[in-house]
Amino acid sequence: MSNAKMIQSDISSVLTSQEMAEIDHELEHIPYKSGAAIDALKIVQAGRGWVSDESLQAIAKYLDMSAEELEGVATFYNLIYRRPVGEKVILFCDSVSCWISGCDGIKQTISDTLGIDYGETTEDNRYTLLPVPCLGACDRAPVMMVGDDLITHLDDNKISEIFASSKSGGQS
Amino acid sequence: MEKVLTRNIEPGKAPTDMAAYEANGGYQGLRKAMLGMSPLECREVVSASNLRGRGGAGFPTGMKWSFVPMDDKCTPGHKYLVCNADEMEPGAFKDRLLMEYDPHQLIEGMILSAYCIGADLSYIFIRGEYVVAIERLRQALVECYAKGYLGDNILGSGFKLDMYVHPSAGRYICGEETALINALEGKRANPRAKPPFPQVSGLWGRPTIVNNVETLCNIPHIIDRGAEWFKSLGVGEDAGTKIFGVSGRVKNPGCWELPMGTPIREILENHAGGMQDGLQLKGFLPGGGSTDFLTQEHLDLAMDYNVISKAGSRMGTGTMIILDDQTCPVGMVLNLIRFFAHESCGFCTPCRDGLPWTRQVLEEIEQGRGKTEDLDTLEYQINYIGAIGNTHCALAPGAMEPLQSALKYFREDFERHISGSCCPYHSGKGA
Amino acid sequence: MPMIYVDGQEIVVKQGENILEACLNAGLDLPYFCWHPAMGSIGSCRQCALVQYQNEEDTRGRIVMGCMTQVSEGARFSLKAENATQFRKAVVESLMLNHPHDCPVCAEGGECHLQDMTVMVGHRDRRYTGKKNTYRNQYLGPLIEHEMNRCIACYRCERYYRDYAGGKDLGAQASHDHLYFGRHEEGVLESEFSGNLVEVCPTGVFTDKPFLKQYSRKWDLQSAPSICQGCAVGCNIAPGERYGKVKRVHNRYNDEVNGYFLCDRGRFGSGYLNSDLRLDYAGIKNPDGSFFAVHQQQALDTAVEWMAGKKVAAIGSPRASLEANYLLRELVGSKNFAPGFSDQEADLIGSIVNILQTTKSINPSIKQIETADAVLILGEDVTNTAPRVALALRQSVRNKAFELAEQMGLPPWQDAAIRNLAQDQRSPMTVVSAMDTRLDDVASTCVSLAPDDIAAFGHAVAAALAGETTDNTEADAAAQMLKAAKNPLIVSGSSMAHQGIINSAAAVADALNQATTMLSFCVPECNSLGLALMVADGSSSSLKALAKRAAKLDALIVLENDLYRRGDKELIDQLLASGTKVITLDMYENDTLDQSDLVMAAASYAESQGTLVSSEGRAQRFYPVHSPAAERLPSWQWLLRLAKITGHKKLAKLENFDQIVVACAKSSPLFAGLVDVAPLNNFRDRGSKIPRQTHRYSGRTAMNSDVSVHEPQQPKDHESPLSYSMEGLNRDQPASLIPFVWAPGWNSNQSLQKFQSEVDGPLKGGSSGVRLISSSQTGAEISPQVGKIILKPHQWHLVPMEQIHGSDELSSHTDEIAELAGRGFVAIGRKVAEKLAVTEGDGLLVKQGEIECSLEVRILSRVAKNCIGYSAGYSETQGLTAGSLVGLEVDKAWRRSGPEMIASDKAAFEQVIGGGGASNV
Ligand SMILES: Cc1cc2nc3c(=O)[nH]c(=O)nc-3n(C[C@H](O)[C@H](O)[C@H](O)COP(=O)(O)O)c2cc1C
Ligand code: SF4
Ligand code: FES
Repeated sequence: MSNAKMIQSDISSVLTSQEMAEIDHELEHIPYKSGAAIDALKIVQAGRGWVSDESLQAIAKYLDMSAEELEGVATFYNLIYRRPVGEKVILFCDSVSCWISGCDGIKQTISDTLGIDYGETTEDNRYTLLPVPCLGACDRAPVMMVGDDLITHLDDNKISEIFASSKSGGQS
Repeated sequence: MEKVLTRNIEPGKAPTDMAAYEANGGYQGLRKAMLGMSPLECREVVSASNLRGRGGAGFPTGMKWSFVPMDDKCTPGHKYLVCNADEMEPGAFKDRLLMEYDPHQLIEGMILSAYCIGADLSYIFIRGEYVVAIERLRQALVECYAKGYLGDNILGSGFKLDMYVHPSAGRYICGEETALINALEGKRANPRAKPPFPQVSGLWGRPTIVNNVETLCNIPHIIDRGAEWFKSLGVGEDAGTKIFGVSGRVKNPGCWELPMGTPIREILENHAGGMQDGLQLKGFLPGGGSTDFLTQEHLDLAMDYNVISKAGSRMGTGTMIILDDQTCPVGMVLNLIRFFAHESCGFCTPCRDGLPWTRQVLEEIEQGRGKTEDLDTLEYQINYIGAIGNTHCALAPGAMEPLQSALKYFREDFERHISGSCCPYHSGKGA
Repeated sequence: MPMIYVDGQEIVVKQGENILEACLNAGLDLPYFCWHPAMGSIGSCRQCALVQYQNEEDTRGRIVMGCMTQVSEGARFSLKAENATQFRKAVVESLMLNHPHDCPVCAEGGECHLQDMTVMVGHRDRRYTGKKNTYRNQYLGPLIEHEMNRCIACYRCERYYRDYAGGKDLGAQASHDHLYFGRHEEGVLESEFSGNLVEVCPTGVFTDKPFLKQYSRKWDLQSAPSICQGCAVGCNIAPGERYGKVKRVHNRYNDEVNGYFLCDRGRFGSGYLNSDLRLDYAGIKNPDGSFFAVHQQQALDTAVEWMAGKKVAAIGSPRASLEANYLLRELVGSKNFAPGFSDQEADLIGSIVNILQTTKSINPSIKQIETADAVLILGEDVTNTAPRVALALRQSVRNKAFELAEQMGLPPWQDAAIRNLAQDQRSPMTVVSAMDTRLDDVASTCVSLAPDDIAAFGHAVAAALAGETTDNTEADAAAQMLKAAKNPLIVSGSSMAHQGIINSAAAVADALNQATTMLSFCVPECNSLGLALMVADGSSSSLKALAKRAAKLDALIVLENDLYRRGDKELIDQLLASGTKVITLDMYENDTLDQSDLVMAAASYAESQGTLVSSEGRAQRFYPVHSPAAERLPSWQWLLRLAKITGHKKLAKLENFDQIVVACAKSSPLFAGLVDVAPLNNFRDRGSKIPRQTHRYSGRTAMNSDVSVHEPQQPKDHESPLSYSMEGLNRDQPASLIPFVWAPGWNSNQSLQKFQSEVDGPLKGGSSGVRLISSSQTGAEISPQVGKIILKPHQWHLVPMEQIHGSDELSSHTDEIAELAGRGFVAIGRKVAEKLAVTEGDGLLVKQGEIECSLEVRILSRVAKNCIGYSAGYSETQGLTAGSLVGLEVDKAWRRSGPEMIASDKAAFEQVIGGGGASNV
């Protein structure tokens, strides 16, 4: 079935009124509805962790776009997740300065500790590991982000610390 | 020397809020402009200051602004100022600092710049991973609106400007100014063909200026203290100060505000503390991941646009990446090419398909399966992908810079990989 | 005109063009992929690289993209410079990294632009040793096959489908070397113009799906210049045949008509030609109602027996050629000839002819339609009634963008830059219709009105233009819009079956009173206008008049016409069932044929030649692609033979097709131009006929060995300058005689540029077709408006909705088209649906007097008050009359056809999501 057939009632059964209000807010300074495509994807992802097909179709409809147009946008960007991710995404910097500082070994430690490779999510659904382009903290390499937190000067001890403590309830 | 851009910055300490910023002379430039200078006068000060863009290409900022159609030459509608805070170039980490610790400096610079070109809407296009900077900028914007530095009638001058923080959804190519504009329009961030330049047809088809964070941070000071003062800051050919950074295996990686024209050796040895014990400097990328390698012999060059250019590289972002003698140059180039191949937007052929091909050849070499002809193939690819104009935007030529210079300076290393059928470094992080 | 140097050679070029165009115009081979003459440049493939030098001293130069570089006086370029040739080779080499080695099994093989360019740049040996990327393909519906692995990421598909044709459901996804072009999820492509993807894609990603089921290589196809029979627009087509089957239809370029593009009905709607239900033999009816196959001569003898000295009448057909209709009319005499329109249609099309002959405005070609900078559409859903015109209208709204570009000094081929500059700014278009149209998305204003009110609206616009004050602000706005335009265009037509609408369109056009005003009418069939011109003198009869005389007639000849589609059943029964001997010439079984006493198997358009007159008044010739199979004969030959046997005074003297054309041309001053439509039979190009087969046509000695191992004689074509063979030249001939395009080194359809006089210009042999209608410019004569219909409670105004797939008689016999057509439907507004508590896919009963139709519900986004629509021309809706007043009732016995039709049912919605797309790559 084509997205074009989705009607208003479907949108509101998918998007929350909060989400729609936030999208509306973005639209205030954007001359065309489709201009808010990325903002809308991020808004929806912020609450749900990822953008499901259903969400994507609803957002597209809300912005008078086709699902294809929005899919083209969604799949272009690194930080829009079109597949489910864990509670926290580990953005692991594998760019040049971190590489020089030995990030490959650290990545291995993470994989060993959590049992996941790039693109995978831990069995307990807590973490998804993704590579990220240079995080702009090269002077503190190697670095990664766990959720919203930047963690610098990584070494094997730090990794086991982070993920050990996280198991006993959150990390900073 | 006098600290300008970082005078309010002390990492580890709290960021500068409105009160602290104003206490240290903040928004003086804005007051000065709003109360007595025309946009043209302001622009002329910036032109006279010889400020060159800090985003990588070093284009003179005043000249760039002069292409924006003003008043009677401009069809009615919005004009836009966009701050490029995408900072994703491997090895670049200067804009993060400026935004996290002194958001008002950037905002004041943007208000002034917008005034110069007659923009009424402005965006800070910032990479999504900079969550702290995003938060601090947003807070600062609230403070500015409250103070009347943004909004309808700024300081009673009749000038109107709104400003928004726009976090990106993440792609290195978004840093390219026309791709950035597409991203702001909610589209796929493929770069646009130039001409037409954004100055005449940019965001939503309207005149638009895109400037780097650091470029914009200079503006309040230039307006406040004048072109001559700014020029006098540089110790070489270029004007002003610059945030220089060093990463890699040095004793004290970091970034520091130094005069334009500071010799590389000084940055490396005095500020970065020299190489870590047991390591020798083998080469360095002076301006980030898309600049050519320089080596020992270039250490005494001044960090000035033309000087570095003449030496065969580029000033780029001014953040150097150091290659030491125990890190594999092939591995390092491979890491960079991997990055660029992945971050290619996919619009034009040499970049989209050529970079993965280069990556594959380098992988073969690095993993000890290289053949002598592979070096010819790499040269062939450099010719094919590396020249400006061969590709639609500057990403791919930038990607080729480390490779072409590595082949020039470290050819032996490539050959040893091939003749020995393995990576001679085995440094535990290559391959 | 500037002069430039290419490799030292001086070339005079056109101001403003790019250097790629300049090279192609100079006959130089510069490879390209992403550039397209109708879509301009984006500079993505980087294939068209050449070297530009600063000046005479500059020996290094720098690489520039030909398609992105404007020519300027004295500019210096080199195609042959080492760095340029190296670069172009490298581009192909890298495009090939992931390209599968599947040419032998690829449908594009042998006419692949990528193959051509690969050979052209000299790339041969693969250096890349890595793994190739592979992708998942999508199901895109019955028309288009998807094979993403072959993609070279030139973006042409997206740019064509989305930017040019306005499709929304196909586009680029993902990035870097994982680019994916497809839908968000699998499903039928929504655009009515999806088929052009087949020709736009330079490799085999999008291929013609029905063709794959009966595939032959391009070089093995026998082709002829032909005209699409799908509607009245008259697009030029090149059908390809092998083994007696028409395997596919390709576009045939005509710069003034279809350019590079066809609609899907035109491209895919010829599948019926190969159906088993086609008639192979003539037949005489047995007493039990079945037909007894007879030889041609026996059929002719029987017919003559029934006709000689008797009272004979005949009914022509707007889907048959001018020549066949002419012979038939002459055979029985004007008074005994009815053109075969329904009586209402006869009036409508007659008045359109009348208007076109008197209006002060221009009846535009499609190319002219593209120049319109303000459009008023009255009552037509053009995409469904004249599809190719709608595609042109989509281009017309871009004139605003071109205007902005010009102000900025951007040449029109700077495609991406112009789109970025203009964003959503478009030239104005006002659509006035009873319900949704497929152009609503580009219209600046949509007005929903019942047919009578559409007419009133048109007259109000005319009044406003004449300076009168109206109390209709929307009409005033439309008048203003037209007045402000340089090239205003009014589009209307006969699909609403409403005289008043047609009149009002003419009134608006004349009230504009401006030399550049264009007035275009959509009419239903491929020869509607030709036939209307033939009977314009008023001497012919009508169906109703013939029916009245039916009892007195001895014989009635029906030419290629299912009369049950033309009038109510009662009338046609009366016409056919009153003891009259009915002789039918047709190619397909239908209700009329069933009622006949003698049937003559008619050849299809692909087996015969003839002239059709398009809605633009353009007479165009189609030629047989292959000789008729079995015992079929072209209708004109059946009729000529009949005339000879019966010793018809005038016709018996005619010996061949050319003479029929001449006779027809002499029969009316309106037809004088017919003799110039195409060269005569004796035309020879450098001494030889023009081959229908390519010079690489293979297997000729063996391809029929299952029938006979002796090589058969090639059929002879005695009636046209084309031959059923591979000998001869296919170069520089008159435009109407190009059966296929091919040029040395250019096996794909891109070889077209070797046939064009210049890029995007007319063919070297001109633009084919002759316009028959010229206007006296005295101002359209307009008959008075009809009275307004008054509705009683619970009555609905029944509005016909023509459908590109499903409403047309012949193409609907094609499986793929039938699949797309779906079930007959009734279309209602959202509010009505809520009131009746029905959703899409439910059933409603439409009651028109005695007639009750059970139809599927479709819900529209805009509908005029008290109007409901119905799928016109569907078997389920046969009997419903446009404009009648009907009742509406929920059909309790209705069974839904499947969950995919439920739009508002979320559970079902979830069932169908997932699958396909880049996220699954
Ligand atoms: C691939 C690519 C990435 C870029 N990324 C950035 C970036 O992250 N930040 C930036 O300021 N400039 C970046 N640039 C340069 C911008 O295109 C542009 O030149 C710059 O923002 C102009 O600002 P300036 O004149 O102030 O230097 C990039 C250029 C390219 C080709
Ligand atoms: S060079 Fe790379 S990033 Fe730039 S347009 Fe071409 S494909 Fe995109
Ligand atoms: S045809 Fe010129 S870049 Fe593609």
